[in-house]
Amino acid sequence: MRTLSYLLIGIVFGITMFKSEAASWFRIYEMFKFDAFHMYGIIGTAVVLGVIIVAAIKKFKIKSFYGEPIVFEPKEKRFWGYALGGVLFGLGWALAGACPGPMFTLVGAGFLPILVVIAFAILGTFVYGLLRDKLPH
Amino acid sequence: MDWIYEPWPWYVSGAAIALIMLLLLLVGKNFGMSSNLRTLCTICGADRKAEFFRFDWSAQKWNLIVVLGAIIGGFIASFLLTADPAVHINPNTVQGLQALGFESAGTAYLPSELYAMDVLTDPKSLLLLAIGGFLVGFGARYAGGCTSGHAISGLSNLQWPSLVAVIGFFAGGLFMIYVLFPLIFS
Repeated sequence: MRTLSYLLIGIVFGITMFKSEAASWFRIYEMFKFDAFHMYGIIGTAVVLGVIIVAAIKKFKIKSFYGEPIVFEPKEKRFWGYALGGVLFGLGWALAGACPGPMFTLVGAGFLPILVVIAFAILGTFVYGLLRDKLPH
Repeated sequence: MDWIYEPWPWYVSGAAIALIMLLLLLVGKNFGMSSNLRTLCTICGADRKAEFFRFDWSAQKWNLIVVLGAIIGGFIASFLLTADPAVHINPNTVQGLQALGFESAGTAYLPSELYAMDVLTDPKSLLLLAIGGFLVGFGARYAGGCTSGHAISGLSNLQWPSLVAVIGFFAGGLFMIYVLFPLIFS
């Protein structure tokens, strides 16, 4: 039952990524060129509603469907990891035109070269794991 | 019923993403896609090489099921809910992309120069996809999250680190497009 709920949420997510065109390389490029409001509208709407949702869950102590408290883990307080990692991620995001959610959506949509992006994203994660102790965070 | 084949406007798309985050919270989970890449490393045996990959990946199985759903959702959206996949970006953007050699701008969902099947035999395109993917994977883990984990989940929880990461995403993206693209594509 829980497995089915994760699958259904994933399906809605995949449909949303494709139909919103957030999975399109062209939309990412257009966003970085500041040529359209589309992507800013998507992220902005999601964040504004997200802030309200998170605040409401905290204020009204809303529990999960399974009666457990919903906890928000604060992100660790540091700087360089977020800044440097963020810049590297942005370079890849603009080049490949896909982030870690939409890249899987594009597999389902039949764009098989995206498998190269996914394979190297996994490799990139692996190399980060190897170098982690040597990098400034 | 033709609207069902049209792209979704930004406000529907944004609301749908917020709904997905809410549903994941209500089933006791968090919205964050790039951690799946770490889980996949562990499944492939990376835990024998680095401490970072030594964790109980079965606790992350739920997120891999979300990924499976995202693949199925991509199939449904592309093959059942879309008549014309062309992404109608700003005509100025189309012009700029054509000047860079992207002939498919304005007429396709993804640029054929990077994502058509024949790129699999084109070393330059393959190299660009590989570098792009590598940076996404490395950068997401270094930053502790990606667009979903930081830009959506993190900002929704008013986390300063997520704002730093998102500013980084944009700094990197702008550098790629304004400085590196004219050097890579010309």
